[in-house]
Amino acid sequence: MEPVFIIATLVYMLSCACYFGFLFFQKPALQRTAVGLMAAGFALHTVSLVAYGIQAGHFPVNNLHETLSVTGWAIAAVFLAFFLRYKLKVLGIYAAPLITLVMIAAYQMPRPMSQDPQLLKSWWLAAHIITIFLGNAAFALACGLGMLYLLQENAIKKKTRGFFFSRLPSLDLLDTTGYASIVVGFSMITIGLITGVVYAKSIWGRFWSWDPKEVWSAISWLFYAALLHKRLTVGWRGRRAAIMAIIGFGVILFTFFGVNFLLQGHHGTFTAM
Amino acid sequence: MRDILLLGLNHKTATVDVRECIAFTADETDRALAMLRDNPTIGESVLFSTCNRIELLMAVDERDAAVTIAKQFIAEFKKVPLSQFENSLYQYVGDEAVRHTLQVAASLDSMVVGEPQILGQMKEAYRKATVENTSGVILNKLLHRTFSVAKKVRTETGIGDHAVSISYAAIELGKKIFGDLEGKRVMLIGAGEMAELAVDHLIRNRAGTITVANRTFSRGVELASRFRGKAIKFEEIIDCIKDVDIVISSTGANEYVLRKNQIKAAMKRRRNRSLFLIDIAVPRDIDPDINRINNAYVYDIDDLKGIVEDNIEDRNREAVKAQRIIDEAVIGFRKWVDTLKVVPTIVSLRGKVESMARQELEKTLMSLNHLSESDKRTIERMTGALVNKILHEPTDYLKKDGCRGNKSVALDLTRKLFKLEENH
Repeated sequence: MEPVFIIATLVYMLSCACYFGFLFFQKPALQRTAVGLMAAGFALHTVSLVAYGIQAGHFPVNNLHETLSVTGWAIAAVFLAFFLRYKLKVLGIYAAPLITLVMIAAYQMPRPMSQDPQLLKSWWLAAHIITIFLGNAAFALACGLGMLYLLQENAIKKKTRGFFFSRLPSLDLLDTTGYASIVVGFSMITIGLITGVVYAKSIWGRFWSWDPKEVWSAISWLFYAALLHKRLTVGWRGRRAAIMAIIGFGVILFTFFGVNFLLQGHHGTFTAM
Repeated sequence: MRDILLLGLNHKTATVDVRECIAFTADETDRALAMLRDNPTIGESVLFSTCNRIELLMAVDERDAAVTIAKQFIAEFKKVPLSQFENSLYQYVGDEAVRHTLQVAASLDSMVVGEPQILGQMKEAYRKATVENTSGVILNKLLHRTFSVAKKVRTETGIGDHAVSISYAAIELGKKIFGDLEGKRVMLIGAGEMAELAVDHLIRNRAGTITVANRTFSRGVELASRFRGKAIKFEEIIDCIKDVDIVISSTGANEYVLRKNQIKAAMKRRRNRSLFLIDIAVPRDIDPDINRINNAYVYDIDDLKGIVEDNIEDRNREAVKAQRIIDEAVIGFRKWVDTLKVVPTIVSLRGKVESMARQELEKTLMSLNHLSESDKRTIERMTGALVNKILHEPTDYLKKDGCRGNKSVALDLTRKLFKLEENH
């Protein structure tokens, strides 16, 4: 399904270009085109992933190329869902380039065959993979919203206004959507961790084995749990919530990739190069 | 051929006392239009009067005579000696009059560039002219064109964007913080024209409860009833801050009414929900350091003035774009005016051919007495059809853009070819 993958990447790129055009010229038509292209890219991407999975007979998270591709897909899925819910046009400025970059990176990666595709054929595992990827994608968006929040907050605090002031929505909307994406992300990775633990039991006979991946996943989960707790109890919102969303995504990135490259763990295949 | 003529004065050319003397009330406008309609020198007229300008737009046959008559008319109608305002008057003819009309409607000539009221006022003036039946083919076309150009300027340039008054600037900022001001609770500390205006704007944006704190409690109660809010004692301010979203302060106090540590404590109690503090007082009421507290935003009068100045600059930049749209419209309108000159040519061309056909028809029918009445009708119809067929293409050619560029060349040629009389 290589051609469809490439076309999907190109469509994402076009969407990205339209978003940049929208950022500079503020023409609503550009934004509509950008979202349309994003949806088209997402549809093509879905087709390519499904076809690839059927052909290979397992979930396409067997090497870094496949993993990145699914990452891009998950970000697009969460972005489109958020767009439908909140009509937050400007978020595409962040999401579209991110997806495009992930897709280009995926394209560049070598594609070694996995040693043991049997490992990737359980429904517990399917649930684990899908929820973890969607959850991480939601955290990626929360991070982007955090950055946009800080830009807008800075413009208002410094009283300089400038390029972003008129282009970004209100602080309140950025904060609310950032919070919503963390709630979504947290729910997703909670399900993801539970299904992962159950799957571990079925494969290795024990729920928890102090593998670095497991430890860091728990750290990420606790980080976001603390963040949500603080928001509900003492009102961590606005600037602090935005900064925390950015740091949290750093932790997620480390758990997702850093652990595989720097530490050893049983998720090695999915970043195989 | 009628000329478009515009006579007027505005805030740039006339002082306010001159404008006051010349301004027409709604009633006076009606009467003046009726008198202008009865004046044979003034073909068509629209009279437009606001506190910043008086414009008399006309379509006239004899320009110089019309200028004199119109000036005298204003002087006599308003009973003001002509010498008192003649120097303030400007007069534009043809394209320049069209351009000026478009600029006024697009709010490029306004005191605050881009202010939106002027278009509505102009539409009203035009409505009056149509009621009084003083506006004809030319001014109808001009004003319809003007209104659509003004709309285009408004949608395609940023000329009406962004606030150009202090209280609007505050509202705009509030929207960038809260998104929607609906239900946002407001506290007014002190009183003052600008602060009260800001509260009025907030209420219009469906803000929530208004709380008024005043050193003189009775004055606070009075203001609160005006805003349908509640009054609190000055000492209660800090306690109440946790329940409001926007604070507008305008007192005569010499020291800060709100201090950093007070707001810091209040922010904890309000669980860090955003707090927007607007300080309109000089000297300031609100410690500017409060702006350093997370989720608290302080804007003082100078900050707001800065925004207003920036916005005015933006509008002036957008005005350049608007000018381009207007230049195009002036050219477009000129083309339309030119077709007006085509019409008389076509009419005389048609008249000439028809009269020739009629003469020949009469001659022929005279020598064909044996024809029945119905046969005669048939021949007459055939002649008419021939005239139409022959004239169809040349008429089309003159009406449409068949003769590219200078139409007057084609018109001149037509007149020469058919030896048309110069009777227009």
